Amino acid sequence: MKAWHFSENAYHYLPPKETYESIRVTLPNRIYDPKKGAALYDRFIAEWLVAEEEGMGIMLNEHHQTATCVDPAAPLMLAALARLTTRARLLILGNPIANRRQPVRVAEEMAMVDVLSRGRLECGFVRGVPYEIAAGNSNPVRMNERQWEALDLIVKAWTTHDGPFSHEGRFFHHRMINIWPRPFQQPHPPIWISTTSPSGANQVGARGYVQATFLTGFDGTRAVFDGYRRGWRGAGLGEAVPAHRLAYAALVYTADNERDARAGAEKLLWYVTSNKVPRHFANPPGYVPIGANLAMLRGAEHPLSAFARGASVDAAIERGIMFAGTPDQVLKQIRKLYRHVGGFGHLLIMGQAGFLEHDETVAGIRHFARHVYPALKEEFPDTALTSDVPTAERAGVA
Amino acid sequence: MPTSTSVLAGASLELFDSGEGAPLLFLHGCDGFDPNHRFAATLAGHGRLIAPSHPGFGRSALPDWITEVDDIAYLYLELLDRLRLVSVDLVGCSVGGWIAAEMATKAPRRFRRIVLSAPVGVKTGPTDRLDIPDIFAMSDEALATLMFHDPAKGRLDPAALADEELAIRLRNRETLALLAWEPYMHNPKLRHRLHRVDCPVLFLRGESDGLVSDNYLRRYAGLLPDVRCATIAGAGHAPEVEQPDPFVARIEAFLAANTEPER
Repeated sequence: MKAWHFSENAYHYLPPKETYESIRVTLPNRIYDPKKGAALYDRFIAEWLVAEEEGMGIMLNEHHQTATCVDPAAPLMLAALARLTTRARLLILGNPIANRRQPVRVAEEMAMVDVLSRGRLECGFVRGVPYEIAAGNSNPVRMNERQWEALDLIVKAWTTHDGPFSHEGRFFHHRMINIWPRPFQQPHPPIWISTTSPSGANQVGARGYVQATFLTGFDGTRAVFDGYRRGWRGAGLGEAVPAHRLAYAALVYTADNERDARAGAEKLLWYVTSNKVPRHFANPPGYVPIGANLAMLRGAEHPLSAFARGASVDAAIERGIMFAGTPDQVLKQIRKLYRHVGGFGHLLIMGQAGFLEHDETVAGIRHFARHVYPALKEEFPDTALTSDVPTAERAGVA
Repeated sequence: MPTSTSVLAGASLELFDSGEGAPLLFLHGCDGFDPNHRFAATLAGHGRLIAPSHPGFGRSALPDWITEVDDIAYLYLELLDRLRLVSVDLVGCSVGGWIAAEMATKAPRRFRRIVLSAPVGVKTGPTDRLDIPDIFAMSDEALATLMFHDPAKGRLDPAALADEELAIRLRNRETLALLAWEPYMHNPKLRHRLHRVDCPVLFLRGESDGLVSDNYLRRYAGLLPDVRCATIAGAGHAPEVEQPDPFVARIEAFLAANTEPER
């Protein structure tokens, strides 16, 4: 198993939650103090460098017009990290290509980072969460179709080496595509896609890209991975999916005693509880299928929203969206989820959020890397085959 | 049955066609067409009422190639051909008013008289302010306040609706987003084409309409040569629903006052 330190670069110096309607899209940027922001960038970069020092991968992402993630141009941060690091794999998860107007430009940016880092790029693509729609001025309807067309075009731009080709598609048009530089890794950097729906995972599985899912807990994650496995088999890629094709993102905090672990875990919960967004930004028309919207009007609730209302460390651990405690406890929690979902090869660690201070973040990274990670690598090798877990084995797991 | 299905350019459309006499093409607003609405029955009682559900609205299909209001305008010109109607009266509400305006610029001779009620479709105001408030960036409650004179009418009660009806409402809104997202609620080209529409045109709006302002309506009307404007009291963005009788009376008075020979 590979572990990645993921930081959203949140800006947490905010007024009381009751004083604003939304932490995303409309929160005025006068609240953002560029001096404090610069110090935060220093700090978050230092934490990524600690992760590299401890043998972990580095992961970053991109959001817009939000205090939860002040990394609206992730390729810029990625370029900086490419030069500040020397060994770590660099995972961007990811490029929001349903909201980017020029896929070819994305192909160029990623190829450039791959060369700058001498082939350390792991290139993720995301459709983008619903609150990105307003900020990106992006049409919420037909986003999936846009995403796939953009991705196919990017891969073609990376892998075409004999002069220009043209693309006249449904969403994108480009007459002279001949990118310089081409990627360092051949034929192209590893591709990751994040989705939290089984049907989306099915499409990712059919292409054999790495599938990541975020905070989906025991049953949600299993459903996503099962979807991936169906797509993988359906496309004839093999019977069993290797662990290195599947990734799970959770909040993780490790300490040498339960008291410190609990304190860190409490602060990490900010990641879930701070996400105050009104419904019109959280669910623009067309973002989810009609059937899902119908179910919501009939009372269904997104599992994460339901959790956020009464969020607690214990509930988060119980649901499998957080691993926190002493090294033994964390290992046990990860093992339980691993078995329930049929296995996975990447643990994406949300190891910094909100009020978790620099020293605490660093301590969490080091404790995990030194006292949990070695055992994970030994017990769950990357090449292990994942499986649809027999129902009997799932019984008894919340 | 007054409602049937018609296939145009590969798109299967739900079509209401009822009544005898001079044909009137009615293009519904953002909430779709409901033949049970009082204004529909009244209009169909006075002439032939033809009311398609726009692609992606009601039970009409939404083919992949449809991305703009302009596409629907061409589809409906084909509908007139199919129905062998050389010229018709045209009434469009809200987004249906936008479709109507697009149709009229493409084939002005085919329309005897046009009514645009709370129409969107043009941009005439300053760059740094939306002409139409952003309906996708406000709560349902806030939107109901802008859309209705009596906001209680705009409140959706899911418990009162069957799944199919609720799904249609959700889909109507999704299609509206597809069509009106960017440029927001307008086609930048339309204002440069509207001078071609030389038949008599009535611009209507509900007095309490918080989306189409009086200012917007007048600037829109100023782009056409033969216009008159009127306001309906006690109505918001959908006077055909909130004040059906005054709405129909306004239209009929306009038609009666403008009886040019058939084109």
